[in-house]
Amino acid sequence: MPENLKGSIGPEQQFKNYLTEGKFMIQKSKSLNEFFFHPRVAFPGTGERDLEWVEASGNGIVYSTSCNRRLPEKGGDFNISLITLQEGPRMMAKIEGVAPDQVVIGQKVKARISSLKGEPAIIFDIVEG
Amino acid sequence: MDYNDINKLKGKTAVVGLAESGCGIAKGWSAMEIMANSVHDALDDAGIKLSEVDGVFAATAFHSMAAMSLSEYLGVKPKFADGSQIGGSSFLSHILTAAMALDAGLINVAVVAYGSNQKSIGGFKTISEAMPYEAQYEPRMPVTAYALAAKRYMYEFGATREDLANVAVSARDWALLNPRAYTHNDGPLSVNDVLSARSIVDPLGKLDCCLVTDGAAAVVMTRADRAKDTKNTPIYLLGAAMEHHHRMVSEMPDLVRTSAIDSGKRAFAMSGYSPKDMNTIQLYDAFTINTLLFLEDLGFCNKGEAIDLVKNNNIGPLGNLPVNTNGGGLSCVHPGMYGLFVTIEAIRQLRNSSGDNVGDRLNRGWIPNAKLSIAHGNGGVLSSQVTNIWGVSETI
Repeated sequence: MPENLKGSIGPEQQFKNYLTEGKFMIQKSKSLNEFFFHPRVAFPGTGERDLEWVEASGNGIVYSTSCNRRLPEKGGDFNISLITLQEGPRMMAKIEGVAPDQVVIGQKVKARISSLKGEPAIIFDIVEG
Repeated sequence: MDYNDINKLKGKTAVVGLAESGCGIAKGWSAMEIMANSVHDALDDAGIKLSEVDGVFAATAFHSMAAMSLSEYLGVKPKFADGSQIGGSSFLSHILTAAMALDAGLINVAVVAYGSNQKSIGGFKTISEAMPYEAQYEPRMPVTAYALAAKRYMYEFGATREDLANVAVSARDWALLNPRAYTHNDGPLSVNDVLSARSIVDPLGKLDCCLVTDGAAAVVMTRADRAKDTKNTPIYLLGAAMEHHHRMVSEMPDLVRTSAIDSGKRAFAMSGYSPKDMNTIQLYDAFTINTLLFLEDLGFCNKGEAIDLVKNNNIGPLGNLPVNTNGGGLSCVHPGMYGLFVTIEAIRQLRNSSGDNVGDRLNRGWIPNAKLSIAHGNGGVLSSQVTNIWGVSETI
């Protein structure tokens, strides 16, 4: 990596830019052929820097889930889950389209890009069956 | 070099004084004022003059440079200071660092301190920054993280909310014996009380969560040779180790296995003792799930078996395993970062059984003949894990 970073952007901004374009992109190391999340400048733990961005399948499995209780006048209860992506890494996200306390560990979910407070955000929906 | 070579720290340093200040509610006092109270009281307990303090270790949620702010407030000019902030376990890591600095001869007398007046000034106080890739979903940290771990634990091991509630019930039973505990006069809890309390983040209800109180604490450490000349019974650091694998809960490699597996193994190895040797067990119980995870990860039972270990009040005053004998973060005190209170309870039990007057408890509140205690600290969202093993002189 050149010392002078003028004119380039880091992986966090790149990830957000992709989301703004409607793409859910994650990084992989070419030599390891392994994915990781969240975005970083090098592969966590081993430091490979031969990274490329790949569009995620959006397929995932619920690893754990929680129903966060909140007063109705403040927006009501909401879901926070951890999703294991088909590509391997795990991420935090919200599952919508189902009551926040009705999400079940092991359920299949599918990502879509929505927005939260005006920022693009990855939201998951339960995949039927 | 094998990690076990650090055995040379075993028994080289001791806590010779301790104190708490403003636990519960300290309205009208600042976090710094009660922290300084606890330092002066701990020095009095040790019989060591403030002017002898040359090592200062502190972390709070109120001071970005806590060791420096505390040193200035006390009027101490430390030769070594450390304000490492790894959450509620910081103080157990400060104790390890202080032991190294004392053993290396960099300092002669260390104080490790903490203070918080969060309750008096409006509630839970944190200086944690928003976590990238998590914050936009607005998790109610830290509760959401522990709820995710609890949910996964229930899924993997068939645990129920009743199993979690058993932890809170026993913690309260200990608090009823401890006049220092915030809930000392609140009466016992039933499993049903815990289950019917308002949910914060499912599956954790209000009584699965630690208290929100004020409170400050300090311990004084010195080398073993000097410790012999102090006012009260020195309690020796036999083992200490830390490890962490994540900062954000979404990065935790396995929600039901913490890095206490690693910190515990190395701390026990340094001490030469094993879980079955511990006479008292003090675990950072920010939430009921913590106690289950740490009993397993530190080797008191196999993975998934803590739910059986905590049944029938087995970790309460009438049980076989004395866990969180002050009442814990759930029922004694929790000013935001509880680590030093875990430490103080581990040491108080040993001092009491050595004949020191460390306060009154109701019958069974003090563990007879206690010679070895484990103090385990947790920080962040099941992130930083630090284990300390304490013993009386004959255990070295």
